[in-house]
Amino acid sequence: MDGTFPDEKPLQKGREYLSVTRVAGPLIAVSGVEGVAYGEVVEVTVPSGERRAGRVLESREDLAIVQVFGGTEAIDTTRTSVRFTGETMKLGVTEGLLGRILGGTGEPIDGGPLLIPDTMRAISGNPINPSAREFPRDFIETGISAIDGMNTLVRGQKLPIFSGSGLPHARLAAQIARQARVSGEEESFSVVFAAMGITYEEGDFFIRNFRETGALEQAVVFVNHADDPVIERLITPQMALTVAEYLAFDLGYHVLVILTDMTSYCEALREVAAAREEVPGRRGYPGYMYTDLASIYERAGRIKGRKGSITQLPILTMPNDDITHPVPDLTGYITEGQIVFSRDLHRKGTYPPIDLLPSLSRLMQGGIGEGRTREDHAAVRDQMYAAYARGRRLRGLVAVVGEESLGDIDRLYLTFADRLERGFLRQPEDERRPIEESLDMAWQLLGTLPESELTRMEPAMIEEHYPRQTEG
Amino acid sequence: MTLTGEVVRISGAVVSARRLAGAQMYEVVRVGDDRLVGEIVVLDRDVATIQVYEDTEGIAPGEPVTTTGMPLSVELGPGLLGSIYDGIQRPLDVLRDAGGDFIVRGLTAPGLRRDTAWDFTPAVRPGDRVEGGDILGSVVETEVHEHRVMLPPGVQGRVEEIAPAGRYTVDEIVAAVRGGGRTRRIRMRQYWPVRKPRPIRMRLEPINPLISGQRVIDTFFPLVKGGTAALPGPFGAGKTVVQHQLAKYVNAGIIVYVGCGERGNEMADVLRQFPALVDPTTGRSLMNRTVLIGNTSNMPVAAREASVYTGITIAEYFRDMGYDVALMADSTSRWAEAMREISGRLEEMPGEQGYPAYLASRLADFYERAGRIAAIGSPGREGSVTVIGSVSPPGGDFSEPVTQNTLRVVKVLWALDADLAHERHFPAINWLTSYSAYIGAMQGWWAEHAAPLWAEHRAEMMAILQAESELLETVQLVGEDVLPEEDKLVLVQARLIRDGFLIQSAFHPIDTYCTVEKQYLMLELLARFFGLARDAVAAGASAAAVGGLAVRSRLERMPFVPNERFADEYRSIGQEITEAFAGLSAGRGVIG
Repeated sequence: MDGTFPDEKPLQKGREYLSVTRVAGPLIAVSGVEGVAYGEVVEVTVPSGERRAGRVLESREDLAIVQVFGGTEAIDTTRTSVRFTGETMKLGVTEGLLGRILGGTGEPIDGGPLLIPDTMRAISGNPINPSAREFPRDFIETGISAIDGMNTLVRGQKLPIFSGSGLPHARLAAQIARQARVSGEEESFSVVFAAMGITYEEGDFFIRNFRETGALEQAVVFVNHADDPVIERLITPQMALTVAEYLAFDLGYHVLVILTDMTSYCEALREVAAAREEVPGRRGYPGYMYTDLASIYERAGRIKGRKGSITQLPILTMPNDDITHPVPDLTGYITEGQIVFSRDLHRKGTYPPIDLLPSLSRLMQGGIGEGRTREDHAAVRDQMYAAYARGRRLRGLVAVVGEESLGDIDRLYLTFADRLERGFLRQPEDERRPIEESLDMAWQLLGTLPESELTRMEPAMIEEHYPRQTEG
Repeated sequence: MTLTGEVVRISGAVVSARRLAGAQMYEVVRVGDDRLVGEIVVLDRDVATIQVYEDTEGIAPGEPVTTTGMPLSVELGPGLLGSIYDGIQRPLDVLRDAGGDFIVRGLTAPGLRRDTAWDFTPAVRPGDRVEGGDILGSVVETEVHEHRVMLPPGVQGRVEEIAPAGRYTVDEIVAAVRGGGRTRRIRMRQYWPVRKPRPIRMRLEPINPLISGQRVIDTFFPLVKGGTAALPGPFGAGKTVVQHQLAKYVNAGIIVYVGCGERGNEMADVLRQFPALVDPTTGRSLMNRTVLIGNTSNMPVAAREASVYTGITIAEYFRDMGYDVALMADSTSRWAEAMREISGRLEEMPGEQGYPAYLASRLADFYERAGRIAAIGSPGREGSVTVIGSVSPPGGDFSEPVTQNTLRVVKVLWALDADLAHERHFPAINWLTSYSAYIGAMQGWWAEHAAPLWAEHRAEMMAILQAESELLETVQLVGEDVLPEEDKLVLVQARLIRDGFLIQSAFHPIDTYCTVEKQYLMLELLARFFGLARDAVAAGASAAAVGGLAVRSRLERMPFVPNERFADEYRSIGQEITEAFAGLSAGRGVIG
């Protein structure tokens, strides 16, 4: 018995049909049905006896359109039987899921013992009432300067990594999962990892990594591989987030949810939309993709009066590194910022190859400052960004007109940008750099500019932190 | 009359039901055994197609659908201020008390609390002739706001009874009006269908500035009370921060903030900040003048479609009392997408990019509900609704239908720019592509308010910024070296305007709000600096020497000087400018 089918409710009479009338892509139409609920779970038995799960996408008086998660291969219109379970999709959740590896539809694939659920939860979840939300403000120290110093992550935030094929997003996500901590607290921490359409190699990388660092015992892993049925991916994130909500809001865990790769998820969504002959939106993706993605990403957050939290770290690969592609575009409109990878930096051997300019953390402001990180944090970030942006702009100019044409001050900015990328940004994969150290490094860099250039901060702050020894 | 039909089809938020002959277009119905709220959007003989405001999972054909006889309406009366509602005016805090931290289906609660008693003071006497819009009495709704109890539009007659001063709930009768052969009992609450604009006496020209304390807006691209503005930008460009800044600081009496399909944490941020923040005009908590509508992106899509109408109807109601209301809609693109999603489920013929063909007219109808007006009823009142709509164009491309159709109707464009945002130049309002049609209207106002040269300085600074963008194209090709000194000076000055004036930190305790007085003094100093710099360069000084003046850093740090201390700082900087240029011509005062 996998997690998908609760057998609590007896099979209703007349709820099994042999009347599949149409099979197209991942969808089947079943006619002559009665009283089928929208979103109801079905069990499809193909002529060979194999069983697959499905869900009702549209229900009419005598017709149901069903999306089949195992794929529609071998389904025929004469012998295939379809059983309507009378249930909407639910997942059995329990603390015992920690340490387990499950398939994309929630069935254990690690050969471990049978799971006994504490309770059944509808995987589509209910939206958190906005007035019940606690605004996220707890600084998570990841030990990575580019994130902690410049794009701070807080508990309850959803901060995606916008990557490209071949870039080290898996390594960065694993590093964050390994290093993330909230200062001064020893609380229950867990990771829910949902892989959609990733290769065995990448899946193994994460599982091995979790195992080696002991994180696996505190993790729940869902894996839908690249060669698993595409349609299965559509429920993987919902399953993972249902477990995460249970761990966070029922049991008080601080849960980090890693979702990879959201681009594969969106492609599955497009496939279903195409099979339904829906009017396509941009690049063939369905018009409701924003709403669909929001129903995943918005399941991050904190709730007033409850201990746990859900922090999301979705990963997506931008097709052709194009940030305006619908998947990163719609994601960016929903998430609270983004960490953007740069192929250029990666080529130069920089790890992590984070392109600071398009990266952003919207919840940073509430998580930093006195009593959280340090009082100069916001000003340092502003000044670093202003200086780095100017350096980058000049770099473009120098490529055309040569460095000789720059004034003295401009040359300082050019050097500033280079040093930032070689020193502040770059760090080994196993280095956990405390926030104090990241900020001090930033001041060392700002010290290469004359004080009169630091106009994004108040004079008192310069007085206190400007490194005197490197002046001149 | 209540009809009961039967569900025949469910597809996402759209449900069809038959045996509903006699039901009306846009009538509210209750769907299924859970009695979910829905609205009829298509009628075809006895089959009604319904958009449902809640999640339809689990609904099956054969379940009942009952009509209510009412179009989708909001409840208007004391108790709106300080509330947070979903897209169809269900109070989210009440739902939380009833249903827990997650929104469950089938819960309803009236928009106004029934248990609060309000201090009512009558304003009419028995025997008075009254008509729709007349003020019957008033209630102190919050410490900053007098709620005027108006006779609903369409009612007229003679006052038979009026309640004496005292405490009443919105359920109690406060007046009886006899006219047209019947007596109407009047409560402090009334209903109005959201899709229908409330009546007005006449439209007035919008001429009073809506001051926001944001320099790039007030000085460069001003908005007026009763005007319309669009705020398009790619993600991360700061739409929501600008909207929050406006909601906090504009000099309007009432704020209606519609979070339409946006982030839950942003609504939580507003709920956390607003009660603690002080309105610069009244000195009282901001929540006292604010109505929040939060239909976040993961809440049902049909309620998102309704949320902007709910918001604007509430705004019109306060306008009719004689107040200036500002409505922020963040984001109108999510509203348009909700329309598209429902239109797709209705299998309508799609227009551009899958949006329904009526997208343009719906957008226009919405923005047309803004304006400065004379209200119906007596005593005579003027009020206004200002609408500021965020737009979220896919890929940041402004050529898409929602942006383009919005620009056809709004008078102010604050175009947010990804490049500026990447450089952390906030607010990332691009000064070359933005515009305001109210500059002429503002000229007189500034002239009257101690800023005689506002228009002149503004035009000069804009000209410098425009010259900069042209010069930068040349620089990209051949470098800065070859430019004549006066052009190099333009680059120096443009940078000074950007860093010392246009950039404004929403999160800095001082810089977050800049008074118009300070704005003007800052502008004046920048103009004075440029005037002297131009003379100095003409007399042989280099642009680099001007840029190296110590006073330049001081000008760039003007934003951090408190509003109330700025007049002193202005004199001191002014003096330093004079001295610096005197020194420059004498060959001193130059760094490096």
